Amino acid sequence: MRRPSRCMKGPCTPVISFESVGFRYRGDAPLALDDVSLSLEPGELVAVVGANGSGKSTLARLCDGLLAPTSGRVLVDGLDTSDPASLWQVRSTVGMVFQDPDDQIVGTVVEEDCAFGPENLGLPGPEIRERVDAALAAVGLDGLERREPHLLSEGQKQRLAVAGALAMRPRYLVFDEPTAMLDPAGRRSVLEITERLAHDDGHGVLVVSHDTAGVSRADRVIGLVAGRMVFDGAPDGLLGDPALLERVGLSLPPVARLAAALRGRGLDVPVAAADAESVVSALWR
Amino acid sequence: MALTLSEIGCEYAAGTSLASVALGGVSLVVEPGELVVVLGSTGAGKTTLLRAAAGLLAVSHGSVDVDGRPASGAGARRGAVGLVFQRPEEQFFSLSVEEDCAFGPRNLGRSSDDARDDARGALAVVGLDPVVFGPREPWSLSGGEARRAALAGVLAMHPRYLLLDEPTAGLDAAGRDAVCAAVEAARADSGVIVVTHDAEVFLGSADRVLVLREGHTAFLGDVPSLLIALPGLVAAGDMEPPEVPRALMLARTRGFAPEGELTFDVEAAADMLAAAWHDPRGGAK
Amino acid sequence: MKRITGIGQYVPADSPVHRLDAAAKIGVVAAFTVSLFLVRGFAGLALLAAVVVAMTAVSRVPARAVVRGLRAVAVIMVFTIVANALRWQPPEALVRLGPLAVDGVGLRAGVFFAVRIMLLVTGTSLLTLTTSPVQLAGGIERVLAPLKLVRIPVGDLAMTLTIALRFIPTTAEEAERIMTAQQARGASFDAGGPIARARAYAPVLVPLFFQLFRRADALATAMEARCYRGSEGRTRLVEARMRPVDWATMLVAGTLLIAAGVLL
Repeated sequence: MRRPSRCMKGPCTPVISFESVGFRYRGDAPLALDDVSLSLEPGELVAVVGANGSGKSTLARLCDGLLAPTSGRVLVDGLDTSDPASLWQVRSTVGMVFQDPDDQIVGTVVEEDCAFGPENLGLPGPEIRERVDAALAAVGLDGLERREPHLLSEGQKQRLAVAGALAMRPRYLVFDEPTAMLDPAGRRSVLEITERLAHDDGHGVLVVSHDTAGVSRADRVIGLVAGRMVFDGAPDGLLGDPALLERVGLSLPPVARLAAALRGRGLDVPVAAADAESVVSALWR
Repeated sequence: MALTLSEIGCEYAAGTSLASVALGGVSLVVEPGELVVVLGSTGAGKTTLLRAAAGLLAVSHGSVDVDGRPASGAGARRGAVGLVFQRPEEQFFSLSVEEDCAFGPRNLGRSSDDARDDARGALAVVGLDPVVFGPREPWSLSGGEARRAALAGVLAMHPRYLLLDEPTAGLDAAGRDAVCAAVEAARADSGVIVVTHDAEVFLGSADRVLVLREGHTAFLGDVPSLLIALPGLVAAGDMEPPEVPRALMLARTRGFAPEGELTFDVEAAADMLAAAWHDPRGGAK
Repeated sequence: MKRITGIGQYVPADSPVHRLDAAAKIGVVAAFTVSLFLVRGFAGLALLAAVVVAMTAVSRVPARAVVRGLRAVAVIMVFTIVANALRWQPPEALVRLGPLAVDGVGLRAGVFFAVRIMLLVTGTSLLTLTTSPVQLAGGIERVLAPLKLVRIPVGDLAMTLTIALRFIPTTAEEAERIMTAQQARGASFDAGGPIARARAYAPVLVPLFFQLFRRADALATAMEARCYRGSEGRTRLVEARMRPVDWATMLVAGTLLIAAGVLL
């Protein structure tokens, strides 16, 4: 069903949709994305997985209008990201969090950086204050407002980047490999935040990764191979299919392999077992 | 012949108001052919340990001994200990991979031709064809390739002891496997110490494990002993619970007793859990 | 390991000087500098020196923080004295050292210039010690705001300055890491003559610059994603403004300083 390219009258169904999107970085380069169609709605947590070079980061940047599709189109709440006039709106509707926290933090202290987005939107001082306080509290950085960024841990820095995006009050959040540079504790806190933002706060959340860690928590998983979408469905469908996993270039974490081994022995253990608890609880309720 | 750390201690800014102790009283002996994995939460002193072992950081207490000679200073043998830092691919500076790899050997006094041979040999060891990858620009390599090329730069110096700081961080599954294979290959002639958060990746082939906590030794021993001490270490936050042994531990705490020792091996653990599930005394559902 | 380096030399404290608006402080320092170059004798310098001492006390910053900045210019100060004091075979001299001699008048001039340099450094360091980088950048932006009329992008320059300040500690950490990594590969930075040493830094500077350019690109993307499109229309979390007390302090102090410079 084709949606109108601009919502003239009446409410638009809020959604980010990719319609047969293709992308090439240069005229002679191979297609980084090939005929990809997908949608992201508020309240959903969608994981996009694939090996390095599969087009995942390209996909993330297309969500925000940082890149415009070479073919097809990307619509954010009805706005076409290729339209320069819409970019402002698109970028305040879609928040981005990138891989390296240091590549995103511009403020000299935490609250200054968190305020960067609202300041760009030209909001009045008191409202900026409100948004900053709310965003920092949402990621657990309240109390560190005057801290200099280089004194934060990597995990805290990444959470600051999330706060900076949240301060724009976006409807959607796109995370591009947010945990690649974090230690396990940092990874856990960021993944927890992505879940909360989608399921509790109602944002549409897209998490791009080459790691299966966040996959089991997602509502939907999209698998990319060399720019083409080879899977779009529930996590179980991907995690339970070894051939597909290999094609996508992912390896199952040990606990998922344990679940698979137990299923192979005739026991009823969920495919998308995320941790030891879920395995043991499934065996002995 | 061994790399011997005897009760080493490292202090920063001793005697000032900013003094802090990064390491206190840590001892470790590594012989060629051994693989020692170092675990611990962020800030536990793992990176400091590696730097001290490589002679790059002066110890305030204790001594670091490399094959009977001091690690740094006049009596040290340069190149005996190789240290691969985190994200080593950020340190490339030459126009070709081969030239960058040859930097180390040249600094050790090898002739240009010999240094190039060393570089080519090292590239082959890490699985990068020297003919294909040698002439390429370092920055054109993918994440996993770049990581291995940087590792080759250290291996080219033929260090008797190889120290690696988070060698698999940020890599996808294929990259991780490639780095692990390279480390195994290097282990043939060298003693290897790996600091990692990816415990499950390396623990399978580790000879011993050192767990640091706030600069001190929380555990030192072989992998079976680690599994016995696991509950305490996990509770103290020193390491992420490896899910497979944890499933066995959880089953035990709930009163269902899988017979046998804790293990990382998925198939063995599945056998144990399945056996316990079928056991009528085990309270199966 | 986190290095305990703050951005610049800012020493947070609660003093009248800290609370003064950044733009007013810049105005006062400007007047101080003008006065410094107007005074003709040691009496004037002594008065300005007294001002610096008094300000140090009022601002509650440790004296050694103020003095620390002098280490950088110590060499220049000594050179100034020597260059002015020594003359080639003058008719009159206090002390002769072969064909060179110490000339009384020249010595006086040299000391005068050296003390002026010293006061310039300590006076301006009081500004950076009592003003946070963000306040300072904001103050500079407001002071230079009139230049917007001649189409100079003052707002963008101020943003550039703030970002540069933000990245000083991060870049220092990266440089240290790269240096240690290359040392681990046998590089040595303190052997050989000046040319050899300069060349030895290539393995540190090349990757560092590469990372800086890469980061600039990534940062620009991140800023765009947060709707940055130049400084037009941007508001601030905390909008600094000159209060009556700031205006009064700046005008009174400025006038007194310049008067001192003209008279003394």
